[in-house]
Amino acid sequence: MTGLPLLSLLVWTPIVGGLWVLFAGVGRGPSTVRAVALVVSLATFVLSIFLWAGFDAGTHEMQFVERAVWISAFDIHYHLGVDGISLPLVLLTTLMTVLVVLAGWVVIEYRPAHYMAAFLIQEGLMVGAFSALDSILFYVFWEALLIPMFLIIGIWGGPRRIYATVKFFLYTFLGSVLMLVALLYLYSEADSFAILDLHHVPLGFTAQVLVFIAFLAAFAVKVPMWPVHTWLPDAHVEAPTGGSVILAAIMLKLGGYGFVRLSMPIAPDASAELAMFMIALSLVAIVYVGFVALAQPDMKKLIAYSSISHMGFVTLGFFIAFSLMEAGDATSAALGVEGALVQMISHGFISGALFLCVGVMYDRLHSRMIGDYGGVAHPMPIFATFMMLFSLANSGLPGTSGFVGEFMVILASFKAGAWIAVLAATTLVLGAAYTLWMYKRVVYGPVASDGVAALSDIGRREFVILGVLAVMVLAFGLWPAPLLEVMEPSVEHLLEHLARSKL
Amino acid sequence: MTPSAFTVPGLLPAAAEIFLLGMACVVLLVDIWLPDRYRRLTCQIAQASLAGALILVLATFPDARATTFAGTFVADPMAAVLKTFLLLVSGFGFFYARVHLEPRGLMRGEYFVLGLFAVLGMMVLVSAGNFLTLYLGLELLSLSLYAMVALDRDSKPGCEAAMKYFVLGALASGMLLYGISMIYGSTGSLDLATVGASISATGDMRLTLVLGLVFVVVGVAFKLGAVPFHMWVPDVYEGAPTPVTLFIATAPKIAAFGMLMRALVDGLGGLAADWSQMLVVLAVLSMAAGNVIAIAQTNIKRMLAYSAIAHVGFVFVGMAPGTPDGYAASMFYVLTYVLMALGGFAMVIWLGRAGHEADLLDDFRGLNDRNPWFAFMMLILMLSMAGVPPFVGFWAKWSVLREAVDAGMIWLAVAAVLFSVVGLFYYLRVVRLMYFESPRDAAPVTAFADMKVVVSVNALAILALGVYPGTLLDLCEAVIGA
Repeated sequence: MTGLPLLSLLVWTPIVGGLWVLFAGVGRGPSTVRAVALVVSLATFVLSIFLWAGFDAGTHEMQFVERAVWISAFDIHYHLGVDGISLPLVLLTTLMTVLVVLAGWVVIEYRPAHYMAAFLIQEGLMVGAFSALDSILFYVFWEALLIPMFLIIGIWGGPRRIYATVKFFLYTFLGSVLMLVALLYLYSEADSFAILDLHHVPLGFTAQVLVFIAFLAAFAVKVPMWPVHTWLPDAHVEAPTGGSVILAAIMLKLGGYGFVRLSMPIAPDASAELAMFMIALSLVAIVYVGFVALAQPDMKKLIAYSSISHMGFVTLGFFIAFSLMEAGDATSAALGVEGALVQMISHGFISGALFLCVGVMYDRLHSRMIGDYGGVAHPMPIFATFMMLFSLANSGLPGTSGFVGEFMVILASFKAGAWIAVLAATTLVLGAAYTLWMYKRVVYGPVASDGVAALSDIGRREFVILGVLAVMVLAFGLWPAPLLEVMEPSVEHLLEHLARSKL
Repeated sequence: MTPSAFTVPGLLPAAAEIFLLGMACVVLLVDIWLPDRYRRLTCQIAQASLAGALILVLATFPDARATTFAGTFVADPMAAVLKTFLLLVSGFGFFYARVHLEPRGLMRGEYFVLGLFAVLGMMVLVSAGNFLTLYLGLELLSLSLYAMVALDRDSKPGCEAAMKYFVLGALASGMLLYGISMIYGSTGSLDLATVGASISATGDMRLTLVLGLVFVVVGVAFKLGAVPFHMWVPDVYEGAPTPVTLFIATAPKIAAFGMLMRALVDGLGGLAADWSQMLVVLAVLSMAAGNVIAIAQTNIKRMLAYSAIAHVGFVFVGMAPGTPDGYAASMFYVLTYVLMALGGFAMVIWLGRAGHEADLLDDFRGLNDRNPWFAFMMLILMLSMAGVPPFVGFWAKWSVLREAVDAGMIWLAVAAVLFSVVGLFYYLRVVRLMYFESPRDAAPVTAFADMKVVVSVNALAILALGVYPGTLLDLCEAVIGA
């Protein structure tokens, strides 16, 4: 392990870089700003590679731990660390931010300095949220990152951006304040805010249920689970491309991460008791929202609903583990949780890529409506190829990363109950239906209008962005082993912990 | 008793107050003889007086509780810290007042003389060791404020607000006195320490005592502007000239907290179980009414008035458990809230021009296009008031909620956070107007360098305290425990 405080660097490099861009960059012209933003995000990405390289995949212990007293009066610590669950998410964050900076390269003409600064600061806050080991530090990062996203959607968004962004902020804030009360309650029980200490605090059943519900309010909104998902389609549709990418690829994962990091280990008995309820909600998300996606005329909205449906797999994978453990099948339980984690990473790449694809078309034709397109393959063959790959990945084609997570979760749910697996597997049909049908209407067929005929194919910058994501989607689809190896010890440890009752 | 039994009381603990009294008289006299073109001098002498008093407060910072004037005046660390903040905030307030009054031809000495007397009243109030001192300080403060509200005598809303404030304020003072008289009747003393000590011994007089307590709480709640005694707040905030609103919205809140501590904790601490319930009711009502009604406002001064009412509710949440940690949390809340209110009204002052007061929310429309730096400062202020991390408003809310949860009042904490979500809505509206809407009048708004520096220091202090609130928190806990 190196002596450098790598995690702190990962949190603060983008924040400091972002602040520089925000204040010093305004007067310096867009090209300097873009270059600095790219350098900062690349530097952060390189740092995260070091983090990965130095990570010991043989243990579930927290690594790269940094701990210092932050607010002594409240017993709050600046406490960071990563394990096999958070490391992939940190890497996902740093990679996606580089791509988002590139995606906003020439497209953003209004206040580019502020745009780049918002994304950089947000990157630091997201890495902080994934690596915080003090629950209040986690909460601070978790809430603070609403501010840049609020501004990103509100300033650079579409026509109904104000409605969408206020709804986004209020919805998520409402969910998280209840979590705050739960954390304060846990402190009065555990006398510590350290997340790992909270895992071991004994709690009565009623207390567990209440804590679980308070956390659920926060994480269910973020994931988002049906029926508190309604902010997401609005936010996605109105956000600029970069905002949609970060929302879908990373912010939603914070909700899933919250479940594994806080809800389940702190309230294992309540989680087990309410597992069927959570599974039911996840299945509703997978099936019902899948149908809703089918009916969307707007590409971004369609992908937003598809995100909700796919995130249903994440919560399904987490909570299926409880009924499997009850049946004594720990191997399948691990399969479910790992599948859910893989699904989080994979969905990060795929949904990000699809939003970028829509962004590519939107930049040229300024429309997101499926009806305005048709025959895009003729003027944009390279783009069409990329989009086909991502569409297939979104529908869960074997060989792409989309297949791995879904397949693992479906396999695990078969052990828990055939009907769960059957319902979950409808996504393979529905997902293929809405994604490929959208693809067919947009890309194939006769050229719909003169505007479409005049489209130019993607340039070098766009090729790099989509190319990187294509490589990722294929790499994890064909060889997910590195990802699984990193996760395995942590997941096993988590399941051991969940199997022990706190009562 | 021989005449020689009279001893001169120790003046040192009250040195700052005595100095300020002298200087207020000096400013009054100087202002009379000053020609109009040197009017700025009045402001400067007044600010120098505050600085002098501040130095005296810090120089005589007590290590422990000390009393003088036969126990009617208390100098303890809590009072010293409250006075420090009172003086600092008033100094900022005088600066903003000059910026506002000068171009409008309102630059008269009265604002500063009355302001100094009000500060003196507040300092006496937070140092009260006797119900009479408490009342004296309160009246000195209130009477100065009534007159300040009517500073612009040609303004109809101003005079109306002053009238309303005076009538309602007199009523509250009467209630307070009535309550004090009942407490005197049942304990036989006005001295806060004696009252505190004799509460446990008044078994059969308890009912009278609690009735007296009710009136005292009403009086304090009125001064703080808690629901249902808040009627004056929006009208006075809106009607008064902005620098007066700024003054009323900031320093007196600190003083009112001091009054709360003196009357309820020092004096009636033995009845904590009784007043705790009253404060809980006031807290929930204030947070509910303040946050909900603020949504309907189009005038930013009125909106901030309702926001102030809601914040008072949060202060009461911290007081309700009746523990020293809870008082410290409330103190932290008041101090940081005052910092935010100061910044908020400073923005209103900065945006206004002679002939056009920027007191409508619409005046903030598109501010980001007109002056991005000030818009960013306002963003910090608004999000901090809403309690979003990493700004200090979050820690303020956090600390009072922690105390409530610790004391088992989880439902109170849940109510508080839910109302803070309601509150977020109208704070976000200001941010929305500044950042997402385009301005009606696209002309950039500039600021004098001094204004820019002062506002920036104010807002950035909120960010800095948000990143590192530890020192101020430790200070609050230390002085409350002392």
